[in-house]
Amino acid sequence: MSESAPVPEVATSENPTEIPAADLPKIYRAMVLARVVDERCLTLQRQGRIGFYVPLQGQEAAQVGSAWALDPEDWIFPAYRELAVALVRGVPVKLLLDQFIGNSGDVLKGRQMPNHYGYREFRFVTASSPVGTQISQAVGAAMAARWKGEEIVTVTYFGDGTTSSNDFHAGLNFAGVFKAPTIFFCQNNQWAISLPRDRQTKSETLAVKATAYGFPGVVVDGTDVHAVYRAVREARARALAGEGPTLIEAQVYRLGPHSTSDDPRRYRTDAELALWKEKDPLARMKHELLAAALLTEDDDVALWETTRKEVVAAFEAAEATPPVDPLTMFDDVFAERTPALEAQRAEFEESQKAGTGKS
Amino acid sequence: MTELTIVQAINRGLAEAMRADPDVLVLGEDVGVNGGVFRATEGLHKEFGADRVIDTPLSETGIIGAAIGMALYGLKPIAEIQFVDFIYPAFDQIVSELAKFRYRSGGQYPCHVVIRSPYGGGIKGGLYHSQSPEAYFAHTAGLKVVIPSTPSDAKGLLTTAIHDPDPVLFLEPKRIYRAVSGEVPDGEHRVPFGEARIAREGSDVTLLAYGAMIPTCTQAAETLAASGVQAEVVDLRTLVPLDEAAILASVEKTGRVVIVHEAPRFCGYGAELAALLAEKAFFSLKAPVQRVTGYDTPFPYALENLYLPSAERIVHAARAAVAAG
Repeated sequence: MSESAPVPEVATSENPTEIPAADLPKIYRAMVLARVVDERCLTLQRQGRIGFYVPLQGQEAAQVGSAWALDPEDWIFPAYRELAVALVRGVPVKLLLDQFIGNSGDVLKGRQMPNHYGYREFRFVTASSPVGTQISQAVGAAMAARWKGEEIVTVTYFGDGTTSSNDFHAGLNFAGVFKAPTIFFCQNNQWAISLPRDRQTKSETLAVKATAYGFPGVVVDGTDVHAVYRAVREARARALAGEGPTLIEAQVYRLGPHSTSDDPRRYRTDAELALWKEKDPLARMKHELLAAALLTEDDDVALWETTRKEVVAAFEAAEATPPVDPLTMFDDVFAERTPALEAQRAEFEESQKAGTGKS
Repeated sequence: MTELTIVQAINRGLAEAMRADPDVLVLGEDVGVNGGVFRATEGLHKEFGADRVIDTPLSETGIIGAAIGMALYGLKPIAEIQFVDFIYPAFDQIVSELAKFRYRSGGQYPCHVVIRSPYGGGIKGGLYHSQSPEAYFAHTAGLKVVIPSTPSDAKGLLTTAIHDPDPVLFLEPKRIYRAVSGEVPDGEHRVPFGEARIAREGSDVTLLAYGAMIPTCTQAAETLAASGVQAEVVDLRTLVPLDEAAILASVEKTGRVVIVHEAPRFCGYGAELAALLAEKAFFSLKAPVQRVTGYDTPFPYALENLYLPSAERIVHAARAAVAAG
């Protein structure tokens, strides 16, 4: 772990920065669950059973480690690749799969592409596709929480490419000025679709950018769940102590494509991939648990098998869930439908009944 | 009732809303100590403090992004964009985020941000202090677009906007910020959205307009009256939601329409009004619909008085409509 700016030592007995040993098997299970959902969704997309998918393989330790370091009251402003964060938050797999399908079980009512989910219940704000827009929103929410006297932080997730966006600059600048209790969690997965990290910015690290905004930026090995957890715990303590935001750059690697619409063999080498596959965070975690006698090889085989069965069952249940009611198309544009929307809804309903509005 | 200008009425509306509800706050460039470049937020910083009247860094996308986050968390932020010409850096936050949050989250995340911003020409502001971009926003599903033309409506519509559960773009006609004054109700005063105001009654031709074009239309109506043509001036007040019933009732009576706005004509808000008339008032119309608008050019500095709709141009169009049938 290298630091571009000093982070104060804030570990106390009330704020342990080490993961409790009893949590380690749970963390591994969360990582395995994320990997299994991910593999399953890539297959389902190829089979045409879901329309699109954004994988996270290689980023499980960064996501699980960071989410594990938060309190349930903290608010998360994700991008669209934070599946493992959602799982740690407690979002049931079936609910995620409902969103991927866009069926009537989908809390979003079938309105967004896969991976753009959000669940108020889990303080996991609904994602969008434009990159970086969530960053200044997280800052505003943190300012609001502080104004209301609530002891929480907001955490926003984004990738290396997003550090070039308008809202990265705007959000970090606001956070610095207002000392917002926000954690900027950048998963530098080395590639923004086809653009490598060193073509995104000439900054030596992404974390160093925080220095210009007047707060610490730290680099952590994003394949090491302990390093990630520690960095987030420290950043959280800083934020709650009124010392302001922190930018964390978790260095990871996107083992898969950007999305199912992308073929990474067009722009990166097998050799590079092979190098990073050796640093697969799941393998690293497994070896750690084996060494600590917190897991056996048999346990591991059973874990993968059980998890696969669970995910298959969840997907079968999601596929059996009825489709969205077409009339919901006109809901939630506003709190109440305007007269114009009411008229369009009636026109649409009529066309459906008459059979003139078929797709 | 108190006699106020439009900008004073807005200031009064903001102060009263902030007094009534601790969750209401104001943020923007120079809104605090300086009281806003047009003085719309004057006195608020002193009364409510720097945590509720927030001077922000010079970043419109930051202002709107932060306001969205505050609204998601349950506050009622009122963001000021100093001139609407500078709203474009925040276009992504407004169009992709603010307007869609409720919808994209399946109703989980309402996002009631009010964006106040002065718009329009007539102050020698040139290209970048004169624009009327209402059509971009009226075209975006999920946004309400409000433009007052009187002090009473400025306060009443602003108060409604602050309590509305949806995002509202509140465009203020800066040319008449101080040029128009009128009686404004003291205390709580709300003007409902979706209800046009008949600014002047008439039977021969309907002038459809909003904001700073209302006084210009009224002036045109007086000139027309002198030659025996009675023009009805309909002040739309809210472009979204639109009071179709009021428009159709007026046109049924007059059979002739002149649509007036400052923005360029092509795909301007008037095009939507013309389409509405073609769809729903075709058999009431005695003459082709006329549009008196800005030209399809960027806003010209030295020639702004020739670019902007004038009472003379409106009179000319109204006479053409009357002559046509």
